[in-house]
Amino acid sequence: MFKRLRPFLALGLVLSVFFLGGCSNSYVIFDPKGPVAAQQKDLILYSIGLMAIILVVVYVLFTVILVKYRENRKDLSNYDPHNHGSKKLETIWTIIPIIIIIALAIPTVKVIYDLEKSTDTSSKPKAPLVINATAVDWKWIFSYPKQGIETVNYINIPKDRPVLFKLTSADSMSSFWVPQLGGQKYAMSGMETELYLQADELGTFEGRNSNFNGEGFTHQTFNVHSVSQADFDKWTADMKSKSPKLTKEQYDKLMLQGHVKKTMTFSSTHLKWVNHAHEADYAVKTRERLGVVPQNPHGSKAKDANKPESDSKGDS
Amino acid sequence: MKWDEFFVTGDPLIYGADVSIALTTVGILFYLTYFKKWKWLWTEWITTVDHKKLGIMYIAAAVLMMFRGGVDALLMRVQLATPDAKFLDSQHYNEIFTTHGTIMIIFMAMPFLIGLINVVIPLQIGARDVAFPYLNAVSFWTFFIGAMLFNISFVIGGSPSAGWTSYMPLAGNELSPGPGQNYYLLGLQIAGIGTLLTGINFLVTILKMRAPGMTLFRMPMFTWSALVTMVIIVFAFPILTIALALMTFDRLFGAHFFTLQGAGMDMLWANLFWLWGHPEVYIVILPAFGMFSEIISAFSRKTLFGYKAMVWAMVIIAAYSFMVWVHHFFTMGSGALVNSVFSITTMIIGIPTGIKIFNWLFTMYKGRISFTTPMLWSLGFIINFVIGGVTGVMLAMAAADYQYHNTYFLIAHFHYVLIGGTVYACFAGLIYWYPKMFGHRLNERIGKWVFWLFNIGFNVCFFPQFLLGFDGMPRRVYTYSAASGWGPLNMVSTIGGFVMGLAFLLFVYCLYYSFRYAKREVAGDPWGVGRTLEWATTSTVPPHYNFAVIPTVTGLDPVETFRNQKIDTKPKLADLKPIHMPDYSGVPFVMAVFFFIAGFGLVFEWYWMGIVGLIGVFITMIIRSFDRNEGFYVGLEEIKETERINE
Amino acid sequence: MAHEEVHDHDTPLEYRTETTRLNILGFWIFLGAEIALFSTLFATYMALMYRTGSGPSPTELFELKGVLIETFLLLTSSFTCGIAIHESRRQNRKGIFIWMIITLLLGAGFLVFEIKEFIEYVHEGATIGTSAYWSAFFTIVGTHGLHVTIGIFWIILILIQVARRGLTPQTSSKVFISSLYWHFLDVVWIFILTAVYLTGMVLR
Repeated sequence: MFKRLRPFLALGLVLSVFFLGGCSNSYVIFDPKGPVAAQQKDLILYSIGLMAIILVVVYVLFTVILVKYRENRKDLSNYDPHNHGSKKLETIWTIIPIIIIIALAIPTVKVIYDLEKSTDTSSKPKAPLVINATAVDWKWIFSYPKQGIETVNYINIPKDRPVLFKLTSADSMSSFWVPQLGGQKYAMSGMETELYLQADELGTFEGRNSNFNGEGFTHQTFNVHSVSQADFDKWTADMKSKSPKLTKEQYDKLMLQGHVKKTMTFSSTHLKWVNHAHEADYAVKTRERLGVVPQNPHGSKAKDANKPESDSKGDS
Repeated sequence: MKWDEFFVTGDPLIYGADVSIALTTVGILFYLTYFKKWKWLWTEWITTVDHKKLGIMYIAAAVLMMFRGGVDALLMRVQLATPDAKFLDSQHYNEIFTTHGTIMIIFMAMPFLIGLINVVIPLQIGARDVAFPYLNAVSFWTFFIGAMLFNISFVIGGSPSAGWTSYMPLAGNELSPGPGQNYYLLGLQIAGIGTLLTGINFLVTILKMRAPGMTLFRMPMFTWSALVTMVIIVFAFPILTIALALMTFDRLFGAHFFTLQGAGMDMLWANLFWLWGHPEVYIVILPAFGMFSEIISAFSRKTLFGYKAMVWAMVIIAAYSFMVWVHHFFTMGSGALVNSVFSITTMIIGIPTGIKIFNWLFTMYKGRISFTTPMLWSLGFIINFVIGGVTGVMLAMAAADYQYHNTYFLIAHFHYVLIGGTVYACFAGLIYWYPKMFGHRLNERIGKWVFWLFNIGFNVCFFPQFLLGFDGMPRRVYTYSAASGWGPLNMVSTIGGFVMGLAFLLFVYCLYYSFRYAKREVAGDPWGVGRTLEWATTSTVPPHYNFAVIPTVTGLDPVETFRNQKIDTKPKLADLKPIHMPDYSGVPFVMAVFFFIAGFGLVFEWYWMGIVGLIGVFITMIIRSFDRNEGFYVGLEEIKETERINE
Repeated sequence: MAHEEVHDHDTPLEYRTETTRLNILGFWIFLGAEIALFSTLFATYMALMYRTGSGPSPTELFELKGVLIETFLLLTSSFTCGIAIHESRRQNRKGIFIWMIITLLLGAGFLVFEIKEFIEYVHEGATIGTSAYWSAFFTIVGTHGLHVTIGIFWIILILIQVARRGLTPQTSSKVFISSLYWHFLDVVWIFILTAVYLTGMVLR
């Protein structure tokens, strides 16, 4: 009989090893580089702990019952076909889950509320750096309204300072996600959503759109460079003086579906003439104006034209 | 439209599919003609209104769709097995995951369960058929034709590629041009009609046609789960009908419900979709719960533990299923209050689900557990579903969900629930009730191999995906770089996927092997452990009428009572009366064909064809309305012969 | 398929056979589904209520007079339909015909005014493609109108059957079920009047 159960036991063992392995620092969401991601990591580990207890209880009960009440046991005296319920037991397994859920709900709600606020919770909080992030099939355009610069597919942020991302989209629904800095939020046309993030360490972190939006989705990525405040100030000053101004024509080309081969930097932002949070149809109208007609991906025209420019990641 | 746009060209995989479809069609036509089976096909199957035959057709179609969806899955797994693979391009990959998701949920899971419900529920409540047998045939044929319409997209016109969730504005004309997305809209719309009719039909059947003595709280758990499911269907499917219709208006008639232009609101689609979509999850899991309750109780030779708690747990789950939809998009920025509320309502669903798990465990407690294949699938369900359940609670924590959302963690979670729950139930239920449909059991030896292969393959395939989620791998990417470090776990996952594929093939072989060699059953209860009324009639069930004399029920588990008190359930000659049954009809099939014509016309925006199809549909309805449908009587001689009663 | 006939003369004809009783219950459940369907449309309408984009706003186009006439016609038809069922209970075939035909004429009158209203809006630049608001407006009011249209043809078919076959449990159950449907459309219209027209005119 035990032979039959062995695969179940082995499975349980493998699962627990996987789960414990999962808590190591090798996975990105367990390797936070900022307070938001760190808070989420703690919440996740806490929940994994509670859930592991449930798993152990169920699996132990399962194994014991299966062994003890298998058909071909020697002693059948404890077979009771009329055992059909127990108020006591049923109350226990109603109340314990309620307690577990309360134990999960309280920290969850607390973190949900925390994440809506700036990451700097000191008595004299630093003003957050504001960055407008706009998703366009299949790239990310970042505007620094105060600094007056605009970048494509990368951003520099100062370490240890809260960053407020104002998210919107020129077309499809996208999701702005930098796993090591914190969880994601949607960027939607005609809407503005806000997300606070902060980096506590210097370094480069990968960010991406994580909400499927068509052919170029996989490579809609960007890099976040966390630099010191001094380096950040120097960078903004450099870019302001050295980079070209963003023209309307150039911006309209960015509105077309496709990737960009290289990251870009401009010394002015598109916010002067359009904010997609208020003008949902800007990109569609622009495409129309430039004579780009949507093509059936199986049509003859689509087969030689309209492919995304390149399949390689646009890296900086 | 040019012909090269009508037929999908330029991909060797598609050409392969073209050839195999053509060969299969020719093969089937040849078989039917050579063995003169056309008449048999028409009179016995296409025109049938018998719930058992319709159920078998549902299940056959679902197994076919499982094959199609499974091939999609394996193609995806091949593409993802190694970094930077070139097996599929992005567009092709997107089409495949879209069809995989849609087919598995709408055209595999639901019809499989509805098929089992069709076969079993009327037997379980001691009825001769469902309340509306004709409508039942309409349900089946609209589902089937909807599925076919959706399936031909990959050779004609191109498949949808906006995901099974089809978020707007991605699924709109600007970002998803061509007929692909229309296939999704029309295919689901037509199949949805069938599902709604099934909901109404079984609700009336279960409420009104139970055997004498079977009060609501004496109903078997599977019947209860079907009843609750049908209530969800009746209230959830109209939401899908409207959502699909609105998107159809956006795409075909230039409306602006969800579009970028004209002040449309893309978030509205997400809300409507999940207002249906979340109840849909329970539509495919509650019948599974019901089946496991039956099987675990039967093979533990014990009555179900906590019957009333089980019923109320399902009712609560059903009510809550309409109150949690926002958890599918916590990341939409609805604010802390909304996210907190929906976090908590979602977690609360864990309580009745947990109650059910413990009740199943304690149904086995003090029992005599035999490890038959249906029982193995049920035990495997408990092991896997608990993982799916606890990860579900983890996902319900909105603040944590911001990190899990759109990643493989989510993918792993819902496969643990949908495969570990629904698919395991489909196998368990099919094997358990197989003798009721075909008069013989499936081979247990091969069946156990299938189970272990599938169970191991499933865990090898999906467990690594939790870890990939922790490592930030987004869902729906068609490839990834070697530098991401996702390669090894993906390779493991792919191997697991192929083991599951192997298990499926072995299962098909098991069907064939058992058809050839298994012992034919005549007794009502080949397992010897049945507890509910379906085991009181012969295997296979008498054609048409199910029970020569409707049994009277005095409590839970009537067949167990008959067995203990040695009550002979064989009908007595004196009790026999001619039995009135409804006529077979070809109209539902014809109606479905017109639905197909209408749907196909609308997919390509050939409005004349759409109108012709719809007129045809209305004409078939009128024909039905004027039909006197008086039915026929099964005579005493036939009953005596079927029941082997000698005078 | 049990065929237990009830021969009690207090029981209305349509409740005397098992099949017709099942049909009536099934139709009630169908109406439940219809409620879910219209609720979804109302929710959609409310979500899009202020999204007129660059198109006209409903305040500019709505006219109370036409809407009140439509309301009057439909409410009256519901009343006459009720009388038809009363006649059916008395097994008075002629009564059914007279009152059902009046009901249908009132329904057709309702449709005429509704179509006129739609044409007017289109002339003033509000079509289903004008803005999200007008998409929702035409869809919700149009869906109701489509239901009324289907109802009219359906009841005509049923009247033909009553004429040919007389009042049997089958035909009288059809008459009864179609009356349920007709009353339901009336109730939906009250909601449309409130949520679409009155709010559109007053609350904006």
